[in-house]
Amino acid sequence: MTTALLPSDAPSPVAPTPKSAGGGLGRYLLVRFLLIFPTIFILVTLVFILMRSIGDPITAAQGGKLPADQLQALIHAAGYDRPVIVQYFEYLGQVFTGDFGNTLSDNRPVTQVLLTYGGATLELAFYALIVAFIVGIPLGMLAAYFRDRFPDAALRIFAILCYATPVFFAGLLLKLVFSVWLQWLPVAGRASTRTELAMQTLPNKTGIYLIDAIALGNPAAVGDVLAHAVLPGIALGLLTAGVFLRLVRTNVIGTLSTDYVDAARSRGVSEYRLVRRHAYKPALIPIITVIGLQIALLLGGAVLTETTFEWKGLGFQLAAYLASRDFVAVQGIVALLAVIVAVTNFVVDVIAALIDPRVRY
Amino acid sequence: MTTELVASVPPTSRGFWGRLPVLKQLRQSVGLQRGMLVAGLVIVAIFVLVAIFAPVIAPYGFAQLRDAQGPFGAQQPPSAAHIMGTTVGGYDVYSRVIWGAQTAVLVIVIAVVFSIFAGIFLGLVSGYIGGWLDRVLVVIGDAVYAFPSLLLAIVLSIVISGGQSSLWGGIFAAALSITVVYIPQYYRVIRAETIRIKAEPYVESAKMLGASTPRIMFRHVLRNATRTLPIIFTLNSSEAILTLAGLGFLGFGIEPTAAAEWGYDLNKALSDVTSGIWWTALFPGLAIVLSVLGITLVGESLNDLADPRLRGRKRVKAKSGTMSLTSVDAALPSDVEILEENR
Repeated sequence: MTTALLPSDAPSPVAPTPKSAGGGLGRYLLVRFLLIFPTIFILVTLVFILMRSIGDPITAAQGGKLPADQLQALIHAAGYDRPVIVQYFEYLGQVFTGDFGNTLSDNRPVTQVLLTYGGATLELAFYALIVAFIVGIPLGMLAAYFRDRFPDAALRIFAILCYATPVFFAGLLLKLVFSVWLQWLPVAGRASTRTELAMQTLPNKTGIYLIDAIALGNPAAVGDVLAHAVLPGIALGLLTAGVFLRLVRTNVIGTLSTDYVDAARSRGVSEYRLVRRHAYKPALIPIITVIGLQIALLLGGAVLTETTFEWKGLGFQLAAYLASRDFVAVQGIVALLAVIVAVTNFVVDVIAALIDPRVRY
Repeated sequence: MTTELVASVPPTSRGFWGRLPVLKQLRQSVGLQRGMLVAGLVIVAIFVLVAIFAPVIAPYGFAQLRDAQGPFGAQQPPSAAHIMGTTVGGYDVYSRVIWGAQTAVLVIVIAVVFSIFAGIFLGLVSGYIGGWLDRVLVVIGDAVYAFPSLLLAIVLSIVISGGQSSLWGGIFAAALSITVVYIPQYYRVIRAETIRIKAEPYVESAKMLGASTPRIMFRHVLRNATRTLPIIFTLNSSEAILTLAGLGFLGFGIEPTAAAEWGYDLNKALSDVTSGIWWTALFPGLAIVLSVLGITLVGESLNDLADPRLRGRKRVKAKSGTMSLTSVDAALPSDVEILEENR
């Protein structure tokens, strides 16, 4: 996303004078911040137009189940018989004030659904990112170092396999092997019933089970939560690990062929240190930018992973609303996720700009 | 950049075959890269052949529940009559895996053709004409691009088919959902290339000669802007399979009686796995992995061969005289690389 905004002839990294650097950064951040709004506006509008183009959500959910006059009464009560343009502006106004509507099936505010289940999705994404970092980055460096030799070939195939395996298939295989055959790990869910009941007694629950379990002060509960997290974390994490592996590989290959690495080698720096210190650090910058785009991939993957493991997060809930044809809830959750993606991209861009002066030119 | 390389080499026996996109790269490749490219091409060829000859290969129909000996029975383990067993719904797993290839190929072809046409057209117009139209399209394209593609595909499949439908309805719904998700990718690449080419002297001389704007756009710019398309094409095809499977897994695919779809079968296998029934999940899943793997291997190899920094080093040494020409181009940030690394 950011790359498109940059001129292709970005100047080579010349040390900027202190004065222009400060102003440049401030201006860049401001422009980048203002760009969030059109993005959110377009996405919310797009979702609204698409979802409304099939008619009103009440007919979609209840059509055929209720007599026509009752249906009409419901539609009228919810205001779906007014002109679409009026509904659109009302919707925009609501979204602007943080109101994403109420679900049809269980009549809860969508923002409350997010607060209840968002923590679970956040937790899953966190585990997945840890797996991705632990697996992707060292293997990427290894592949770059052994470029075009056997380890590189094997690792690249591994990276492609990570990408080619749908998260739900990876999840099914992991479940089959580790939960059903070996019976090492639980089959599904976020924690066992006993732990969940214990956590209900906590005065201020966060919804993030790991934190809640630590707050309980019971090592067995923490162990239980972590045991439930292993398989979903690996299934979703491997998807991202493949992307990281390829990225690190490409970038480290680039930095390994630079003059300063040659210079360091000629000074007798060990090969390990060469890769670990000299080549790896500069190769990290593009990865930080890409993590922002991974958020979208992670969210999409989370929907599938949560369905596979009955991990009761936003994605699981979204799939349930899809199944019950509650399109108000779907529209609300999707619009909300769009906002989250836009804001995360902004944060990642800010971090990238703070680390690398070249980004803000 | 590869065209320059070929042009600067004295013309040898490079006829029509030598200029075909994939074959040219096959000649160019060495060692490991050639191995990956060949392996990918073989898998893709098998995949396509299976799709075409599915009616001949598959022992049963995809919605067949019984034959002359009576019903197949549900969740039967692999046997001589059903080499991959039967599903919870009583279908033959092997037949559904074979027929699933046909569905996947149909969806890919429709999705990719639509998104190429729409993306190229928008990219050309936006890049060549510029102005406010360009700005608006870029912002919209970026917004759609940043959105989780599966969620967008879900919304679109609700819109197109209400979430369920017949064979062609389902295939078109899946294909169109995927199309909208991938238009921005083609759009971005073609737009970037168009802006680069717009400044070339030959475009200016065409303008001086009085060529019309559409003629310049389609003859002079488009012809030279398509070099990266085969790469995006392959990368998108693999994503299309995964998106289709994801939609099917969430229950927004194609009805089992209308066509076989791997994602749908995996969804039905979800509860089987808990009771230790492995054959209903393993085979459709492997089919997805293999087809995506094959297509990705081809796309990846094409991408590496297009980038002198990643191309096999032996070749670089042999052609070191022409490296300076190609590396200028390579210094520009290539959209393909960015796309590829975003996945």
